Order: sequence, then structure tokens, then C-alpha cells
Amino acid sequence: MTERIIIAGAGGQGIMLLGKVLSMAAMRKGKFVTWLPSYGAEVRGGTAHCMVVISDQEIGSPYIDKADTLIVMNKPSLTRFQSKIKDKGLVLINSSLIDKYPRGNSRLLPCPFSELAMKLGNIKVANMVALGAFLSQRKIVDLKDIFGVISDIAPEDKRGLIEVNKRALEEGAKYGSR
Amino acid sequence: MAKTKVLMTGNEAIAEGAIQGGCRFYAGYPITPQNELIAYMARHLLPAGGVFIQAESELAAINMVFAAAAAGSRAMTSSSSPGISLKQEGISYIAGAELPAVIVNIMRGGPGLGNIWPAQSDYFQATRGGGHGDYRCIVLAPSSVQEAYDLMALAFELADRYRNPAIILGDGMLGQMMEPLSVHSPQPTVHRKKNILPNKKWALTGCKGRKPNIIKSFYMKEGDLEKFNLRLQEKYKIIKQKEQRCDSLFLEDAQVILVAYGTMARIARGAVTKLREDGKKIGLIRPVTLWPFPDKVFKRLAISDKRLAILVIEMSYGQMLDDVRLAVNCQAPVEFLGRSGGGVPSEGEIINKVRKLLRTREPEN
Repeated sequence: MTERIIIAGAGGQGIMLLGKVLSMAAMRKGKFVTWLPSYGAEVRGGTAHCMVVISDQEIGSPYIDKADTLIVMNKPSLTRFQSKIKDKGLVLINSSLIDKYPRGNSRLLPCPFSELAMKLGNIKVANMVALGAFLSQRKIVDLKDIFGVISDIAPEDKRGLIEVNKRALEEGAKYGSR
Repeated sequence: MAKTKVLMTGNEAIAEGAIQGGCRFYAGYPITPQNELIAYMARHLLPAGGVFIQAESELAAINMVFAAAAAGSRAMTSSSSPGISLKQEGISYIAGAELPAVIVNIMRGGPGLGNIWPAQSDYFQATRGGGHGDYRCIVLAPSSVQEAYDLMALAFELADRYRNPAIILGDGMLGQMMEPLSVHSPQPTVHRKKNILPNKKWALTGCKGRKPNIIKSFYMKEGDLEKFNLRLQEKYKIIKQKEQRCDSLFLEDAQVILVAYGTMARIARGAVTKLREDGKKIGLIRPVTLWPFPDKVFKRLAISDKRLAILVIEMSYGQMLDDVRLAVNCQAPVEFLGRSGGGVPSEGEIINKVRKLLRTREPEN
């Protein structure tokens, strides 16, 4: 098994964290993992992406030419990365912010990540809604593995946010498996 | 030894590996894509009992390392390509004074200010000395986060053993990416009680009760500098003999052998795996030491085999290629694939090049 995932959105949408939490959970399952961020002149509101490769075997390139899965949180990211998705690949689209998407050879899964997060009272957990939806489609790790990672990495002053992150994951998984 | 896995960037792993390897002095100046390294040092070197200085410039940083090394400390600095160019004068002085120090270069695109994307275009600079004078640095090239960590202790050991600067040559991708890392201790930054430093009798530690030590790279008397240079050359000969390191895959039956280092080598390994699945006899040589270049492994190959071809792959336009050609010594055709300035040859590009090579070399049936 090798799963190549590109996660992209606006700076501040928790793109890097999404990739990191998934990578850590996969690492704890004994998988090989690479996480490669976009870096440099990145600012809040600009674009951000990371590339995550999870595999049972040693990983060659951490850079992804053709992704099995693309998770896009805003419109510019879809424009930028839609050519990177492989034939019949999975595309998770934040339909709260992306109204039009091309019908290509990929399997589209539009899901209102931002709206579901707002319903939970915190738009910042849209990333975890997306992760939940992704895991409902690709069972690389269980939701409880992600819960474990979140509660381990949450800093002292942010422990109050663990619960809403868990609920975001569950909401995403529920929506994704409909 | 307790082993726990953590997810870390290559930059952080290098810093942690250095602290575990006994580094107790760091001076540096920030530059992308190696900032996580200096940031990690800022946070973790002091609790480990070391000294951290964010210097006012690259020149200041390398000269602080020069001084700390002269005083006997395990000292290092890090930067990325343009910053390493600025440090060359200091590195030449360190080599000339025969001091052990570690310099990390997380390469980015050049020449000039270039850009911040990964590249391997400082190979010549690292392996040919870089500054003025007939000197060489030991150069180690990690290709994973784990290896980046593991090679740091080795870099300090080799630098101490030969009283010679050692360079860790990585690239922006290795520095930025995260991978699981096995660290030697669950609380990695705890200061080791045991004194792991070898006794440095030559160091400037205050000469009360003994003859003063002198550290210099300046020889005025006629003939002295030549004598000193001959001694350096003797040392380099020993290093070339004893310290070659490399990794290889499927050399026994390979008809095309890829040669790549660092990040490029792991992308090449991906290509080898795919080509092997397809029944193609492809091998891989991954130099771990770039200087000394592992030429022995090339000499052991059955180069008289007329079917064998060698393909060098770099994130630069043919630098390591020269060393491979010298090692192969015209006994086999040496082909090249390279991109730079932020361009990275992909697995697909490598596979295409190899297939083309195989087609042109296959005898017509």
C-alpha cells in the first residue's frame, strides 16, 4: 500500500497541521511516512500545501508527481493542483468555498468542510472535518488513532479545543461515508 | 538503548543529532531553507549545556566556530548555499589550522542569491575545498531524516579524528521534510554526563603549567608551508583510503547502474524499484561520503562487462559526474541526467532515461 496525498488550501486553514496529524497517526501504526511542506514566503491568507506519502515500504520521492488523493480547501488550490491527480484518483473538495469543479476522470467528493466546522462553532476545525471525510474513504488509520495524536500534541493552553476537533473528525467521517 | 519514534524535519534531526553527537557550540545566521535547524539549536542547545549564538553575519558565525574549535569544543555552524559561500574564507582557515568543525549546508538553487528550492549545485564547492588553498573537507550526504541524524555524530567523530572540517551536504527538500526518526534517548536533549569528547591536547585551554599551544595557518619561514601542505596531503591520503562510505543496490546483475546522492538517491531508488518490477536489471550506487568519493566500489564492478552503462543523476548540471568519470576511468559509458535551479528530476524522468538507454544498448536480435 502506498497512498500519495496532496493537501492544499489557504494559509491559516490548518493545511500543514492536517498533514502532520495524519502523518503522526500513520507513523504510530508503523508505516513509512514523508511529509513535505510548501515553504518560504508563506503568509496567512496566501496559499499553502503539503504532500504526504504513507506506505508499507520505504518511500522514494517525498515529492508527489501524481497524487492518489487531493484534498482542496479553497478555489486557487483546485486550479493549481487538479492536473496532479492521477486517473481515477480521489478529490475531496471544500464545497463551502468552491462552487464549480471540472468533471474529469477523478472521483469527486464535494463536502462543505467550512460550513460543517461553523456548525460546530469553530471554523478552524474545517481541516479536521476534511481529515474525517478522507479517512471514511481511505481507511489508512482509525479515527481513534487521530484522537490519540490530537490529545498528545495539543499544548497546555489549547486542551479545551480537543473535543471540538474530535467532533469535527466524526462529522467529516459521517458526511464522507454518506 | 531506548528507541522512540518522533516525526521530525531533516533540519531538526540534524540539530538533534549534533547535540547527541556532542556539539556544545553553535553559531549561525538564519537563511531559508535551513531555519528550523538554527531555531532548534536556539531552543535545545542551552539546556544541553552548550552555547548558542545567533551571529550578526555568516562571517562572524564561521569565525566564532573557528575560535570555539580552537578552544577544544565540538563546534558547528549551518547555512544554505549563499551563506556557505560567505563562510568559505573561515573554512579555509579552519582547514589550514587543522581544527575539527562541522559545517551544514542545506543547499538551495544558485548561482547568486538564487532561490529557496532544493538543489545540489554546491557539490564542487564542498568536495574541492571551496575556499583558497590545497585543502579538502570531509563531506557526508544524508538521504533521509534518520540518516541526517545518524551522520551528525559521525561528522564530529571524523572531524576530531583527523582534525579537519567536515561538511554535511543536504538540500532544501531533506531539510524541510518530516519522517519518522528513531532517537537514541526518549529525552534527547538531556546532557550526557559521560565526557564523550576525546582528549584534545592541542587545544587552547590556558597554558598554566604546560607549554603554550599554538594554532595558526600562517607559515613565514621558507619551506615551512610546503612541509605543512605535504603533511595535509598525507592526511588526505589516509582519509581517502579509510573513510569511503557508500550504499548500493543490485550491483550483481545490473546492466545500468544509477549513481545519485542525498534526496536525489531516494528518488532514484524509487525508479530502481519500479524498473526491477518490470524485469529490468538496474542497480544503484549512493555515495554517502562525497569526499572522499567512494571510487573503490566502482573499481570492484565488473566494468569489463560491455553491457554495463552508468547513469549519474543530480539536482545540478554534472558535478558529481566528474568524480564518477574519474572512478570509472573510461571502462564504461557514463551518461547523465540533471536538473537544477529548483527543478528536481522525477522518478518518471529517470525511468524514461533508463528505458531509452536500454533500447540504444540492446543488441539487435
